Amino acid sequence: MLTANPQLNADKTLKHLLTTEGLPKKLIEQILETADQFVSVGDRDVKKVPLLRGKSVFNLFFENSTRTRTTFEIAAKRLSADVINLNINASSASKGESLLDTIDNLAAMNADMFVVRHAESGAAHLIAQHVKPGIAVINAGDGRHAHPTQGLLDMYTIRHYKKSFHNLSVAIVGDILHSRVARSGIHALTTLGCPDVRVIGPKTLIPTAVERMGVTVHHDMQRGLEGCDVVIMLRLQNERMSGSLLPSAHEYFKSYGLTADKLSRAKPDAIVMHPGPMNRGVEIESGIADGTQSVILPQVTFGIAVRMAVMAMVTGN
Amino acid sequence: MKIEIKNARLIDPATNRNENAALYIDNGLIASTGAAPEGFKADKVIDASGKIICPGLVDLSARLREPGLEYRATLESEMRAAVAGGITSLVCPPDTDPVLDEPGLVEMLTRRAKMADQAHVYPLGALTLGLKGKQLTEMMELTEAGCIGFFQADQPIVDTQVLYRAMQYAATHDYTVWLRPQDAYLARDGIAHDGEVASRLGLASIPTSAETVAISTITLLMRETGARVHLARLSSAAGVELVRRAKADNLPLTSDVGIHHLLLTDHDIGYFDSQYRFTPPLRGLGDRDALSRGAIDGTIDAICSDHTPVDDDAKHVPFGEAEPGATALETLLSLTLKWAEQTNVPLPKALKKITSDPARLLGLPAGRFEVGAPADVCIFNPQAFWVVTAQTLVSQGKNTPYLGRELQGKVTHTLVNGRIVHPS
Repeated sequence: MLTANPQLNADKTLKHLLTTEGLPKKLIEQILETADQFVSVGDRDVKKVPLLRGKSVFNLFFENSTRTRTTFEIAAKRLSADVINLNINASSASKGESLLDTIDNLAAMNADMFVVRHAESGAAHLIAQHVKPGIAVINAGDGRHAHPTQGLLDMYTIRHYKKSFHNLSVAIVGDILHSRVARSGIHALTTLGCPDVRVIGPKTLIPTAVERMGVTVHHDMQRGLEGCDVVIMLRLQNERMSGSLLPSAHEYFKSYGLTADKLSRAKPDAIVMHPGPMNRGVEIESGIADGTQSVILPQVTFGIAVRMAVMAMVTGN
Repeated sequence: MKIEIKNARLIDPATNRNENAALYIDNGLIASTGAAPEGFKADKVIDASGKIICPGLVDLSARLREPGLEYRATLESEMRAAVAGGITSLVCPPDTDPVLDEPGLVEMLTRRAKMADQAHVYPLGALTLGLKGKQLTEMMELTEAGCIGFFQADQPIVDTQVLYRAMQYAATHDYTVWLRPQDAYLARDGIAHDGEVASRLGLASIPTSAETVAISTITLLMRETGARVHLARLSSAAGVELVRRAKADNLPLTSDVGIHHLLLTDHDIGYFDSQYRFTPPLRGLGDRDALSRGAIDGTIDAICSDHTPVDDDAKHVPFGEAEPGATALETLLSLTLKWAEQTNVPLPKALKKITSDPARLLGLPAGRFEVGAPADVCIFNPQAFWVVTAQTLVSQGKNTPYLGRELQGKVTHTLVNGRIVHPS
């Protein structure tokens, strides 16, 4: 049964960040504007602001991800928080402790914030509904469901290069089915008023009824990229490269790998994004990844600022 | 013991009777309805003003969790829950631990059920040893021990040759084969209905074809083997249509649906609420409405609780890790009334789906008021409201989408063999 949006306070401010779906447009814009103020912190000699001083941020990674965990760690440290990193698949879960027991134990250590990554869709929602008031939960990726800070940093990047969303065409290419990045991006784009969001991939990697999320589906990448302003490439997990979803990485690259030729269908000033880590030669050609249209590294830089903004906002700053 | 139940509206769905009439019980049997038998002097009179008397409910699927899963529920707790919900006969599936695949286990279960002396318990034996889909069980022995049919529970038989032979063997002895139609491969790793909701929530999905491919296989094998089959827990519009066609071809096929699938859809999952995780999964609005139409036109013979008590620990986990199912013995009647109201189904017709229709397909002398038949009776107040809470539920399982919600229609008395078993 649907209840109130679990990630918002009664006054519509951010309580947790679980998904970009259902976030009011104003709130997303506020996150992006707050991130603006944090981008410059990274350029200073003293890369710190005291907003989260004395707060304990727990990075709970039930699924390994050095990169995402590191960006959250840096974001929290730049806000002067104390950061505790836990890789749970190596500890409690293997001892049979339940997810909520782990959370209760850490909450008893006076945690102020949990940054959670978990292999199951909905894990962050479960935790958010369980923790006592005052503890914020930030979803750092739950199964195939959502990766909202990635979605928001993608929005930040697009806004940085394209200024407005109102006349943009954005293509998301690859394994949409298993991608929490795609879902978070789609919801954020449609909320921000982007009129043309396309998903491109083979039928085996496109979720059923994805059109209901406000996108159009293309199976032909050349046609799908026609006139695009933004191309978001998705990572193809190794285990999907052969089997019943795809015959081979080679054939995948042929149809859905981003090459100079395919990119020429997009607008000349189109930007190319990728959430990382990249499989060069599988979903993207090296020349493109390192080329002038690529904004893949700025995405990483902006990601810290966006995560700082979210952490500041969920703690009432 | 002579009991008179008076001042109530009596509904006997099997005969479409619906009128103010008294019910007379003598020595555990129904003595008369309407006028008192000659010289009848009641030892006990139940004044049922404002209430409805109907035959005790017959439930085609109630997991009692015995043997082996007593931490979830016990025979005692669930038998009390059944009669608290007006259920006087229930079928229990073989997916216990150990599986009901040998006569000794079945005998123990039926003996323990008899000792509890509440609802009548009819076990289904496993169709294959350990429900593994490889070797047939001793169906004759199991029948002698009390099994009324053979079920594969939620474990589809992957090897169609085994399925074929199981159906042939059961047909040899005229046993009914119960199957929940689900293709093992198409449903593999699936969590939710393949549709907009699963796509949005990022839940691995189970396509409708998982059901239709299985039904097609089963009905084709029925034509060759002559087996009688009961399809348990239909979930899709396309599945209902296949059953409708098979019945039009006069195949000996019956089917049922779980009550939650008539009321809920995948949209109700909301923000990953694990109380809405079911097997088969809740599907779309069109599926729900087609199931309703199927139940109304008789394509679907019966509505069952599919009672599945699950402890909190197995529900308070991420949606995909949560155990499917809901506790439902005590909500079956209220939810059936709710369904009747929502779909404008007349009350006697709705009650038929949980009394005489399931009894008919089981071949039991139950679910109807017949003079000389065992007096299994449910008396309920159709106007009473009650709130579903951990405290109001007798079942050890408190897992239901309706937790905290108010339902209409409350059982006040349940009689089994003319004995008042609820309230105890």
